[in-house]
Amino acid sequence: MVQKLNYLKETPSQTAGPYVHIGLAPGAAGFEIFDQELGWDIAGPNAKGERIRVEGYVYDGTGAPVKDVMLEVWQANAEGVYAHPEDGRAVEDGFRGWGRVITNFGTGLWGFDTVKPGATPGRNGTTQAPHLNLWIVARGINVGLSTRMYFDDSDNSADPILGLIEQAHRRDTLIATRQNDDIYRFDIHLQGDAETVFLDI
Amino acid sequence: MTNRSPTEYYQRDRQWHPPAFAPDYKTSLSRSPRMPLLSLENALGEVTGPVFSHNDIAEIDNDLLNNFTHGGEPIGERIILHGRVIDENARPVPHTLVEIWQANAGGRYRHKKDTYLAPIDPNFGGCGRTMTDADGYYFFRTVKPGAYPWRNWINSWRPAHIHVSIFGSGFAQRLITQLYFEGDPLIAKCPIVQSIPDPEAVDQLIAALDMNATIPLDSIAYKFDIVLRGRRSTLFENRLEGN
Repeated sequence: MVQKLNYLKETPSQTAGPYVHIGLAPGAAGFEIFDQELGWDIAGPNAKGERIRVEGYVYDGTGAPVKDVMLEVWQANAEGVYAHPEDGRAVEDGFRGWGRVITNFGTGLWGFDTVKPGATPGRNGTTQAPHLNLWIVARGINVGLSTRMYFDDSDNSADPILGLIEQAHRRDTLIATRQNDDIYRFDIHLQGDAETVFLDI
Repeated sequence: MTNRSPTEYYQRDRQWHPPAFAPDYKTSLSRSPRMPLLSLENALGEVTGPVFSHNDIAEIDNDLLNNFTHGGEPIGERIILHGRVIDENARPVPHTLVEIWQANAGGRYRHKKDTYLAPIDPNFGGCGRTMTDADGYYFFRTVKPGAYPWRNWINSWRPAHIHVSIFGSGFAQRLITQLYFEGDPLIAKCPIVQSIPDPEAVDQLIAALDMNATIPLDSIAYKFDIVLRGRRSTLFENRLEGN
């Protein structure tokens, strides 16, 4: 016999289902209820740095766009600071660094406006290349999927996370392509030959 | 002096959660990754997460009996849904955002994509949100949702459930789940619930009838505690306070 550890177990996840918009984006579900919906303004009016837009699709294993998906983004500001007390550094007034977005129900295209983040501190003195942390939920996804988006016009060569990906060609699944002056394209593939690298954080 | 080194969250127990690929839940087949997840040690971006305040929400947002009123209250069994958000170390998760959404008492969602023949309730929106207090406690007032049919097998019915979204302190704690109600015979038949391999984990999603919190002649209470990932306590020489 040994002593009991008495840790609790994490509440198990369940799918967000097809009606996630009711709770988290009711305007898209077709009705107004809250004074303000959360997550539409990621950077706020005072954020420094380059204003960018990110757009893309989430594809299922058959290649069809997932039209009922919801994505959340969590990012640092242009100086690589997360708006959280454990970062300890200051951010611009109004910068939260978090947003949520749903798709166009007809096409599946999603997009959001933000600022390009700076490099952030990694573990043990390393530096992580600029990236957006993404979290994806939908009907048919039993546990929210974590991934991240890097930028093709940044130097990603020393990023410790990309370096962990064993099959080098799969690193490209995490790198967005700059399409014109300020729009980055980032498609996510849930399954198949181009499957995105998902993370267990 | 404070030490900024992040302390990691405990590894998520993937055998406790449902697998991505759960064949009886048909939609999961084409939406489940086939390659293994890349395991990542937490750094700053994982142990931090969005911070919300009472300025983000309104006082009435947790009262689904009144937050979408059009001259009356919704039809259905009036309930209080309450509990605590705690972590795997049984510590409260204070001041965190809890959001819920649900069908009405007839099993119909107020959503332009829901075409079930049960009627929309003019006085029920079906969503709410609140912040936990310093002790991790939260509550909502709402009606008990109805079961409803869905296209999986020909004759599939979801047990009555409420969707719950919780943030925690770090983005690694982010969680969406569904709560069910004690005594519902549809729980055992639902392929979404039964995608969870361990029956004890299923039990963790079933809110208990809570007679002590019930308000006599007014509302029945159900208690639903939510457990988020816990965090290692690393001892630092320069850290004097306990943790």
